[in-house]
Amino acid sequence: MLQPFALEEPTSVREASALLARYGEAARLYAGGTELLLAMKEGLLHYDRLINIKTIAGLADITRDADALRIGATATHRTLERSPEVHTHFTAFTRLEAHVANVRVRGTGTIGGNLCFAEPHADPGTLLQVYDARVKLARQGSTRTLAIEAFFVGAFEVALAEDELLTEIQIPYLPAHTAAAYRKFGLLERPSVGVAVAVTALPSGVQAVRIAVGCVGPTPRRIYEAETMLSGKEIAAVRAGLPEAGELAGRAADAVSDLHGSADYKAYLVGVLLRRAFEDAYQQAMAGEATDG
Amino acid sequence: MAEQHTASRQTILIRLTVNEHGHEVAVEPHETLIELIRDHLGLTGTKKSCDMQVCGACTVLLDGRPVSSCTLLAFEARNASLLTIEGMAQGGTLHPIQEAFIACSGFQCGFCTPGMILTAKALLDEHPQPTIEEIKHYMRGNLCRCTGYKRILESVQTAAQRLASAGGAR
Repeated sequence: MLQPFALEEPTSVREASALLARYGEAARLYAGGTELLLAMKEGLLHYDRLINIKTIAGLADITRDADALRIGATATHRTLERSPEVHTHFTAFTRLEAHVANVRVRGTGTIGGNLCFAEPHADPGTLLQVYDARVKLARQGSTRTLAIEAFFVGAFEVALAEDELLTEIQIPYLPAHTAAAYRKFGLLERPSVGVAVAVTALPSGVQAVRIAVGCVGPTPRRIYEAETMLSGKEIAAVRAGLPEAGELAGRAADAVSDLHGSADYKAYLVGVLLRRAFEDAYQQAMAGEATDG
Repeated sequence: MAEQHTASRQTILIRLTVNEHGHEVAVEPHETLIELIRDHLGLTGTKKSCDMQVCGACTVLLDGRPVSSCTLLAFEARNASLLTIEGMAQGGTLHPIQEAFIACSGFQCGFCTPGMILTAKALLDEHPQPTIEEIKHYMRGNLCRCTGYKRILESVQTAAQRLASAGGAR
């Protein structure tokens, strides 16, 4: 059972920020509630006041800019799954969103809520890292943008100031000959391991590889050392190097043992999923698709 | 937002239609949609099971969209059209999806069935002729613990055929 709380319904980001400043830790932003309300029902979290930001006009919009797709924080997973703009530019993101939880959670839960709650066993934050996505954070009178990498601080912890809101996710369009892929595995409701790869490839070789690993440790993270091992090589050399890169990524992902599996098991799966995601992204990059998969 | 602060607790006055009948109800912010449906409106066909959006037993349609009524706040139904299992039959005639579940024995204990039928309705409204894979994907969040999935799949396929021959969804 949920304990009673008061509800605020601001109509602007400025107003929402002012409410956060006024009520501090006694209040929390509320959008879809698919994560927050579960934790509140279990008594793990309690707030005297929830601030519903779905009443802020325009905060769920998806817009195409010259250099990036801009996704409003309260866009639901289902909206992203069905967005032609997302599908055109970021097909792997469409596929990821189509497999988040179930159709009810996708229709209610928001991308901003997913990122801000920072539950480690989540998908979007991992793929957004290989897209080099940015988040726009706003408070009364000022905004800033931050690389998505810097946004994740720890399990359930993000780089938001007390009176700050995540308002937008910006995904830069992919360079030419580039495609991305995301692979996950899990036996429970939430994924145990998620691996995202972006590959820039020409017939002459693999120019660049970006790798991110999620779910296994406290936060999703880029694995730069493994990226360096695989970038700027002919495809045969890259394939030969994938097992070692996978081991490295498994170790670097800071895996923890929990109900989803032991740390060793997860580290092993990182290597398996890395190989699969790489091959998928590479094939698409070589097929010359304008986008990714 | 129509609201009033009583001595200590806030209430929100919302309007919605429930199975095509207009209602005006006062809810508190922390009340869930299933509490509104079962406790205020007395519509007990909606079942609470896992209480964490996983099993689908509490599924209802809000403006045609399947939601977990166990974890959606009741005030979110304001100005919306709510469909529960009680609204599927029309004047004593079962909905073709309900008839298909009976014809195919698509349930055993029946506890998951209202959620299964409403999810199937949302699916068929969107995709009148889904493939088996599309049905499985859309309904993977509806659990049956009597292990009746094969017959549930057959029920949804049969419902799609019946709706098509009857001239579309209703």
